[in-house]
Amino acid sequence: TSEQIEHLHRRFKQLSQDQLTIRKENFDSIPDLEFNPIRGKIVHAFFDKRNLRQEPDGLAEEITFEDFLTIMSYFRPIEMNMDEEQLDRLRKEKLKFLFHMYDSDHDGKITLQEYRNVVEELLSGNPHLEKESARSIADGAMMEAASICVGQMGPDQVYEGITFEDFLKMWQGIDIETKMHVRFLNVDTIAHCY
Amino acid sequence: SVSSIVPESCLLIVVGLLVGGLIKGVGEKPPILKSDIFFLFLLPPIILDAGYFLPLRPFTENLGTILIFAVVGTLWNAFFLGGLMYAVCQLGGPGLNHIGLLANLLFGSIISAVDPVAVLAVFEEIHINELLHILVFGESLLNDAVTVVLYHLFEEFASFEQVTILDIILGFLSFFVVSLGGVLVGVIYGVIAAFTSRFTSHIRVIEPLFVFLYSYMAYLSAELFHLSGIMALIAAGVVMRPYVEANISHKSHTTIKYFLKMWSSVSETLIFIFLGVSTVAGHHYWNWTFVISTLFFCLIARVLGVLVLTWFINKFRIVKLTPKDQFIIAYGGLRGAIAFSLGYLLDYEHFDMRDMFLTAIITVIFFTVFVQGMTIRPLVDLLAVKKKQETKRSINEEIHTQFLDHLLTGIEDICGHYGHHHWKDKLNRFNKKYVKKCLIAGERSKEPQLIAFYHKMEMKQAIELVESGGIGKIPSAVSTVSIQNINPQTLPLERVLPALSKDKEEEIRKILRTNLQKTRQRLRSYNRHTLVADPYEEAWNQMLLRRQKARQLEQKMNNYLTVPAHRVDSPTMSRARIGSDPLAYEPKEDSENLPIITIDPASPQSPESVDLMSEEPKGCSGLPPSPEEDEEGLVMRVKEPSSPGTDDVFTPGTSDSPSNQRMLRCLSDPGPRPEPEEGEPFIPKGQ
Repeated sequence: TSEQIEHLHRRFKQLSQDQLTIRKENFDSIPDLEFNPIRGKIVHAFFDKRNLRQEPDGLAEEITFEDFLTIMSYFRPIEMNMDEEQLDRLRKEKLKFLFHMYDSDHDGKITLQEYRNVVEELLSGNPHLEKESARSIADGAMMEAASICVGQMGPDQVYEGITFEDFLKMWQGIDIETKMHVRFLNVDTIAHCY
Repeated sequence: SVSSIVPESCLLIVVGLLVGGLIKGVGEKPPILKSDIFFLFLLPPIILDAGYFLPLRPFTENLGTILIFAVVGTLWNAFFLGGLMYAVCQLGGPGLNHIGLLANLLFGSIISAVDPVAVLAVFEEIHINELLHILVFGESLLNDAVTVVLYHLFEEFASFEQVTILDIILGFLSFFVVSLGGVLVGVIYGVIAAFTSRFTSHIRVIEPLFVFLYSYMAYLSAELFHLSGIMALIAAGVVMRPYVEANISHKSHTTIKYFLKMWSSVSETLIFIFLGVSTVAGHHYWNWTFVISTLFFCLIARVLGVLVLTWFINKFRIVKLTPKDQFIIAYGGLRGAIAFSLGYLLDYEHFDMRDMFLTAIITVIFFTVFVQGMTIRPLVDLLAVKKKQETKRSINEEIHTQFLDHLLTGIEDICGHYGHHHWKDKLNRFNKKYVKKCLIAGERSKEPQLIAFYHKMEMKQAIELVESGGIGKIPSAVSTVSIQNINPQTLPLERVLPALSKDKEEEIRKILRTNLQKTRQRLRSYNRHTLVADPYEEAWNQMLLRRQKARQLEQKMNNYLTVPAHRVDSPTMSRARIGSDPLAYEPKEDSENLPIITIDPASPQSPESVDLMSEEPKGCSGLPPSPEEDEEGLVMRVKEPSSPGTDDVFTPGTSDSPSNQRMLRCLSDPGPRPEPEEGEPFIPKGQ
């Protein structure tokens, strides 16, 4: 609905201090984001070109309101009248967004190091932890992922990293489309934009 | 087979009928389900079991829906039914004419509440998906407040001459008092219980008792003041659980779990049997019109209520409820023993049609339990309702869920929208900062959820491994993916090692051996004040300790040598390390119970888990009291000192087994001669 776009537009203006584009620094002005352990990744995701559907790689310097809306559209909730294909597409889109957040070096795979980064960041809110526990959790998770995706592996094979297909497999049990949404975004914002 | 068609509750009622019939046939008076016994002894265990193990996440996510169903739905049911029954009574001829509006409303309020016992009994067996389960079940739990208020209200009004508007408003207010008061009582007791459990580290044996006692007291206190006892019980269970579980020992946790399940099982069985017996034994007054119309209108009221409410609720829900869901929710509105007991409580003085009410109640109960209970399973299959997914919680899922939570909170913050995630995050932070510090003992208060989850999983895996017959056998469910697969390191071909002379090696072995023998010979006390380590645990502890040591020594070695850590290593290297650093190992005389192989505290990686392995940490001298994270990183913080298998150096894989097998063999060998393979060079073979 148009009020929601209004609201987002106002917010955008607030963040960008009345300029046309937002840069990374503007995000620092949000106080609550301080507490968020993965704020780096979130902010990064806004500028990730892959999410902005512009190029397969790279980082944008600044984003416009349309880009802002593009990112927000990933958090659309599902509608009752969507058919299977649309649902599947939406699901894939959301998962791709998540995937890009994990895959920080843009090579299409989540390697062990990247996964470790993710876990470390998740636990970074807690100053008493040392790196080793994060590492072992990440290792454990990686091994689980490998065993889900590839099954039995001999001792010589090396599992490169989680590709997007494997990622999809891992998320199969969880209904991402029901979980990954922000409550008030229930319209196809992109369509209204252009 | 019979059990797949007929749900257990039906069979139990039939058994009750038979038993009742038998007793009556003999000429004795069969016992009836007295309300006292029901409300004081039979109901609380079931509710506590439900509340303590309530899956909190889906519950809170759907809380709005559940509340609307529970409150508005029950109100609608009660009034609709009461009103219609009044109409029927007026039209029903001479036998029914004298039943007033209030009596009918009271009857409506008794019979309209969905019963948690019946719902549990039936839904447990059909394994529908989590959402539906929690919706119906949550509704059955939370509607107790409404039922209590309505019941007492109408009961009192029936003795009034006149009912004024003031009374009605007061009644409305009393609903809030009853429900919120019940929750408050429950929360208070829950917090007290959590606080108590913080100090129970020395009296592990009676930890479960606190949980049960405080919960029961919460229930009784609430019932005392005519507040909703069920809500108090649920609130207490929900509040105390995360803190108590962090504080108590693993064994106590198991005890609580099994006792609760046992008691609730027994209660449930007894309730249904008694229902059957009471049917046979009670005085009945069968009035066709009344009973049939009750039944009919019950169903209609339920269906209508669900439909209307869902239409309303779906406007606010993201995940809408489909018609299939609605059907199951409507169909799952089973009535049970609570209705019967409430009806039984009515006294003859004011309600001379009590028998008729009771008959009608029993008929409705029978109908819902038998007909609906039996047919719901084939209906679920027929309608292809989504079933419960039997996935085990995996680390990945946990990570992703947390990640997603933070992500959504972040997005909400960016949008400036104070949505659910925002508040949930705030609550979590508040919890972490203040509450956990008070209620959880010691270091565990700082443990983030992910770590706790990981530890739980590790422990489970460890226990599985032990049960599958020791380290020799690899459970086939575990895939052969090992650390090598995901993190291939170049194998270090050679390492520079401090050379070990033969007799130093001999010395090491002797020390190890003597200490191990000492631990085996240790006497076990049979005093119940000290938990006893049985030999199985002992062997397990020893094995884990050895692994632990091996890892640390390897760690030290790695630090020394600045070679990239290769996780799987040969035991010979580890032992070499022992020898070269004489301070590193020092057998300690230990206090009574558990075998401990201690390592000098001077070493930087003292295993705090070893510390925690002992029953009395103060008894074992020399270990650093404050656990700090081992650099190895795979060391678990243990919940409780004396439980087995808590020390852990597992990688979640089986790559350790060969090396540890060798290690065990070497170390447990009491022979004086060096075994041929110990002559193995201190050139480590990579795994």
